[in-house]
Amino acid sequence: MTEKYVGQRMTRTEDPRLLTGQALFVDDVEIPGMLHAAFLRSDYAHARLRSIDVSAARNRPGVVAVYTAEDMEDAWKPCPPLVIPPPTVKGVLFHARTQVPLVKDKVRLLGEPLAVVIAESRYIAEDALEDIVVDLEPLEAVVDLEKALEPGAPLVHDDLDSNLAAHLIQKKGDYAAAREKADVVIKRRIVIDRCAAGAMENRGIVAYWDEKSQQLTIWDTTQAPIPIRNGLAGMFGLSSHQVRVIAPFVGGGFGPKVMMFYPEEVLLTWATLQLGRPIKWIEDRRENFLATTQERGQVHDAEIALTSDGRILGVSHTFIHDTGAYDPYGLTIPLNTQSHAMSAYDVPNYYSELKVAFTNKMIVTPVRGAGRPQGIFLMERLLDVAAKELGIDRVEIRKRNFIPPDAFPYNHEIIDQAFAALVFDSGNYLAGLEKAAAMIGYDQFIKEEQPRLRAEGRHVGIGIVSFVETTGVGPYEGARITVETDGKISAATGVGTQGQGHFTSFAQVIADQLGVSPRDIRLVTGDTSEFHWGTGTFASRGSVVAANAIHAAAKAVRTKILKLASKVLEAPEEELELVDNQVRVADIPHQSISLGELAVMANPLRGAVEPGTEPGLEATAYYGPQYGATASGSHAMIIEVDPETMMVEIKRYVTVEDCGTMLNPLIVEGQVHGGVALGIGNSYYEQLIYDENGQLLNASLADYLIPTASEVPRIEVGHEETRSPLNELGSKGAGEAGCIPVPALFAQALEDALADYDIEILEAPMSPNKLFALLQGKEKE
Amino acid sequence: MSDQFPVTVTVNGTQYERAVEPRLLLSDFLRHDLGLTGTHVGCEHGVCGACTVLFDGEPVRSCLMFAVQADGHEILTVEELGTMDNLHPLQEAFREAHAVQCGFCTPGFLMTLVPFLEENPNPTEEEIREALSGNLCRCTGYQHIVDAVKLAAEKMGA
Repeated sequence: MTEKYVGQRMTRTEDPRLLTGQALFVDDVEIPGMLHAAFLRSDYAHARLRSIDVSAARNRPGVVAVYTAEDMEDAWKPCPPLVIPPPTVKGVLFHARTQVPLVKDKVRLLGEPLAVVIAESRYIAEDALEDIVVDLEPLEAVVDLEKALEPGAPLVHDDLDSNLAAHLIQKKGDYAAAREKADVVIKRRIVIDRCAAGAMENRGIVAYWDEKSQQLTIWDTTQAPIPIRNGLAGMFGLSSHQVRVIAPFVGGGFGPKVMMFYPEEVLLTWATLQLGRPIKWIEDRRENFLATTQERGQVHDAEIALTSDGRILGVSHTFIHDTGAYDPYGLTIPLNTQSHAMSAYDVPNYYSELKVAFTNKMIVTPVRGAGRPQGIFLMERLLDVAAKELGIDRVEIRKRNFIPPDAFPYNHEIIDQAFAALVFDSGNYLAGLEKAAAMIGYDQFIKEEQPRLRAEGRHVGIGIVSFVETTGVGPYEGARITVETDGKISAATGVGTQGQGHFTSFAQVIADQLGVSPRDIRLVTGDTSEFHWGTGTFASRGSVVAANAIHAAAKAVRTKILKLASKVLEAPEEELELVDNQVRVADIPHQSISLGELAVMANPLRGAVEPGTEPGLEATAYYGPQYGATASGSHAMIIEVDPETMMVEIKRYVTVEDCGTMLNPLIVEGQVHGGVALGIGNSYYEQLIYDENGQLLNASLADYLIPTASEVPRIEVGHEETRSPLNELGSKGAGEAGCIPVPALFAQALEDALADYDIEILEAPMSPNKLFALLQGKEKE
Repeated sequence: MSDQFPVTVTVNGTQYERAVEPRLLLSDFLRHDLGLTGTHVGCEHGVCGACTVLFDGEPVRSCLMFAVQADGHEILTVEELGTMDNLHPLQEAFREAHAVQCGFCTPGFLMTLVPFLEENPNPTEEEIREALSGNLCRCTGYQHIVDAVKLAAEKMGA
């Protein structure tokens, strides 16, 4: 089997539709008689709902319905949790408290929906929001993470004794004993704050219950259409076959669009079941800041114990993770943080105590990176502080501690986000770091360029860090592939697409097996009527889990093709080849049959079918990994800081990425570029600022600064390729890698550029203002 | 109900006469009244640039204008640029350089860049980045978009 297409830098088959404005996004769905929804959202982060009067809104011309929690009667219930930690996790404490469709008694976060108006137009619906009279009694808000867990703090959930949502300890070896033996113990407090995913398309839903056909159709900007379908069917007493969820083209996901259920998803579905008319709701950008999930808030008290020659003996951290007002996503993010706190290093002893806190802020669910950037920030910062204290070069201390290439599979002896053992399947971390150092000219910069520029009074610095990314976790994905009678191929998989190029990279996998061009393949993703088993697009798993399911289905179809062709061409299977949309005898190319003709023969209209055979050239297959495939890499950059304005110019940015087999390097590089850009925002420009009342102070794109083409530099991408031994394609995920090490890289490079001020950066994101504050009181040495 | 005002506007070469509320955004008018959904709406406060269209040849944010302001004017949207089978050289370059990921911001970038390349057919990387700096993209990190503009300049100059 030659790989003709896998590994090629193919341009994307989906692009012409996107480039000409012909691609369907949720807000493009128009159905005759469609109504529009708008939500009344709380202006307080924490408040008791005394009363709500919607009578004036109901009387406004053009308003069809206004609903509050009371109007939902028995249909009102908290949403089911999405991920619950299983009891197999030893000693875990977890209080599941999930979001509600509409506030009934108490507001727990800013922007929580109080009522929904359904009207003939969005304009009228928003007018009617103004007619609603709501009486809220403000309560003291829980905003600060540490204060949330202090005795006497106001309670987010009155039925709990405290705001402690979860508690979990993970251990490897004996950290206390390792600490005793250490030459150096470094202790630091590390703080990471929230950011927004900032997809360019806000969320949106169109829900339509057709009474006559008894079918519910939902267009949703979700990353997980199948679980949405299953959940809505269960919630409203419908058969799963009566519910079709379509995630059409989705304008960026980055994590929050995998959350479920958002109140809007439940309410629009419930409302269309009441009214029997299609209803659309499109989130506006302010709502996106108030009503779409966020991530990253953590506070760590961390320690690293080392020998005098810089070998890690152990790492310990106690941390608080902010889950916001509810915790539908369980412990996924903090488990990811723990899974990355040891990163690429051979850490013999590890102790991690996690406390999850409820706060009166937006619910926390994964944002690209999903707990990983925090773990990497922790470890890389501790190593940098250690390197400085021990007088060891930054690259050298990393080299001394990497898990060596012959140590795989390497068991970290804790559990990961999928509750499986944290085992790294493969990698070559040293090669990645050395390549990054060579690409950026680390030695030459340190020895020659930096001293020369510093002598001119310029504040130039270099940063270089390493990271891992656990990817491609279970449980499974599936795919169905069909040879059509015209010889073209249809394929469907359950994952949705938010720009990852699945239509192209998955087609490349199929094309190699079936001897067709990727352009001959019609691939559907994210439509439950086309394929209805699966979980979704998250955790950098598309190119691992879904692609290997596609690969398995393509192989099964190939087997069927060969079996039938062998009969028709009267030649043994091993002498046949699939080339140019036909099957032919390798040595006698004119003895051939087209795939289309074979597909017709495989589904005859008359005649007997052999017992035990299936009609058609079609196969469905699934792939579920035993555990995730671990990608890795190193990033390096050279920056110059203007010590007057604290503005940073990135002069060079280098990445080395190892995601195993690359299905399409062009797409991988695009993923890396985008990840780095988000990482740059997360490091120096973006931060969600909540005041002490839980008000979000920068809820607009004018105040929350997503990097533009002026802030994001040219990114030089290098590759290493350590195939994953866990799957046949050898692939690992690449979706989140780009953003993961950037905050750690920024911190190190800023310290280096401002070495004469001797600062230590222990928080992310940084900003020009924070850097300025840090330099205050620091005498230039 | 609010008063309706008559609007006569030429969009992609076709003249439309409609009665609209004075508060109707141009972006909503294009998308929902005329069904030209290629123009996307990302922020409705003029920052992201996804809704950029050409207004008498100049790029404008259609979310910051009312439909009534377009009365008597000419608008071009992404639908007019090229077709699936016959892409505009800029669209072709976007495809070749992999400048599209989710594609939501793409129409706004294209409509910003068409007049830019007309005015500056041979731009430097710095000029391109300056031209792009009013449009947000969360997927690509801009690099392949910059490459696409260079490629388009070559194609269109040739």
